[in-house]
Amino acid sequence: MKEIKVDIAVVGGGPAGLAAAIAAREQGADVLIIERDFELGGILHQCIHNGFGLHIFKEELTGPEFAQRYINRVNELKIPAKLDTMVISISPEKEIIAVNKIDGLLRIKAGAIILAMGCRERTRHNILVPGSRPAGIYPAGLAQRLVNIEGFMPGKRFVILGSGDIGMIMARRLTWEGAKVEAVVEIQPYPSGLIRNQVQCLKDYNIPLILEHTVVQVHGHQRVEGVTIAKVDEKWRPIPGTERFIECDTLLLSVGLIPENELSKAAGIEIDPKTKGPIVTNFLETSIPGIFACGNVLQVHDLVDNVALEGTRAGEMAATYISRKLEVAESKISCLPGTNVGYVVPQFISSRAFSDKITFFMRAKKPQRNVYVEFIMNNQQIYRKFTKFALPSEMIKVNLPPLKDFAEKISDITINIIPKGEEGQ
Amino acid sequence: MAKPETKIITCIGCPSGCEMTVTKIGDTFQVEGNQCKRGEKYAIEEFTAPKRILTTTLQVKNGVLPLIPVRTDKPIPKERLFDCMKYLSSIIVPAPIKMGQVLVKNVLGLNANIIASRDLGEK
Repeated sequence: MKEIKVDIAVVGGGPAGLAAAIAAREQGADVLIIERDFELGGILHQCIHNGFGLHIFKEELTGPEFAQRYINRVNELKIPAKLDTMVISISPEKEIIAVNKIDGLLRIKAGAIILAMGCRERTRHNILVPGSRPAGIYPAGLAQRLVNIEGFMPGKRFVILGSGDIGMIMARRLTWEGAKVEAVVEIQPYPSGLIRNQVQCLKDYNIPLILEHTVVQVHGHQRVEGVTIAKVDEKWRPIPGTERFIECDTLLLSVGLIPENELSKAAGIEIDPKTKGPIVTNFLETSIPGIFACGNVLQVHDLVDNVALEGTRAGEMAATYISRKLEVAESKISCLPGTNVGYVVPQFISSRAFSDKITFFMRAKKPQRNVYVEFIMNNQQIYRKFTKFALPSEMIKVNLPPLKDFAEKISDITINIIPKGEEGQ
Repeated sequence: MAKPETKIITCIGCPSGCEMTVTKIGDTFQVEGNQCKRGEKYAIEEFTAPKRILTTTLQVKNGVLPLIPVRTDKPIPKERLFDCMKYLSSIIVPAPIKMGQVLVKNVLGLNANIIASRDLGEK
């Protein structure tokens, strides 16, 4: 078996992996990117719409443009990439087994590993849509790939289940390509994607957004012939008598994304059941020292800018680790989600970061306006930040000042989202 | 005097998503329901001349992929989006292509070019 030694191996060549590789290379590390596709860039190549890069580049780019800027930088820095290469396993000793057509089996011995495998779509089976199993049911991102990369229209009349951003963007794209989108159906009482997409992808083309409804039956034998939708109660149970039939030949599902962590789990990395991503410290280090995680494999982001920024940080941290500046933490404290908080990243703060500002990412469980994000330690509120909106569809970012400013005895933190006026109770 | 014209526009500036009512009275506009100045500006633009960036794909000859993602380099009038899509459906461009390369000049005389969103190599 061919053997390669590198300082840092990056698994995945999407925006997180590219940003991580660039940052690590810029710190002087010897880096290798491993990518299963025939080119770098990841899912951005199929996200041909604009709206990317407002935070990093201060302009509105399309997905491919955003990717190309990072790919160009990777090329400038001459960072090697193994393309068409599938990672088969990762060991706690930071040894990667991969395979491709040219090298055959490959053993890659790395000083540090950065996990940047991204996420995949939830399917019909994840949400248990009843009915027959005809052709014409696609996850929205797969349909996006067919239309935007392969030049294939998967249908003529669509119903889209789930009002995530990919679903709404596909509604507009399919309409532009001459298809009819009959409806976007959302089980929650509020849309799950951005307002901007509701307006510019649905309202602009008079596509109905039907809230508090779900698909209760798929019809058709060879091919989808229609779906029955029904109103749901507050526990998402269909209400009898509210069913109605919508004729269509294709059903798209935009019902969420799952971090792709089979490799991480097999390596023995601890996974957070809430994020479905590795549990990390504020250094983005997983439960195995020297293995870092960033981007959608760590937590599903809304904005690629945040994916790339997290990648940059993981690259810097991995480079620091291999230069032996980042030793195993003496101790860690936990950061726990509390009231109306779905999850928190990072899940741990290393004792070596008690003098650092810590950036937290979290999601609200239910929408609230005019709230405080409060940090509780030893039953006391140590910090709070006001925010006008806490929406499940928009990740909340809060910078916590250094912990040593707050207490002598530092212990676990709970984070709550509470309406203004009820704080510290 | 012309009859006042009214439109309801949802602001996309922030998660507030204000429902704004724009009324045109003669040459002036009255905006209600907005919470900030940006909303007012957006409402008047949407009322008078709504514009969008068009992002789509063109067919490619001899490329490593069959399509190249493209966009207009300026926003174009919203009501011309479908005309553009129809016109672009017949265009085939040869690889190799570089990001930013102009693939269609001044599309339909709308004063905007169609530019490539990525590099695309030859087969």
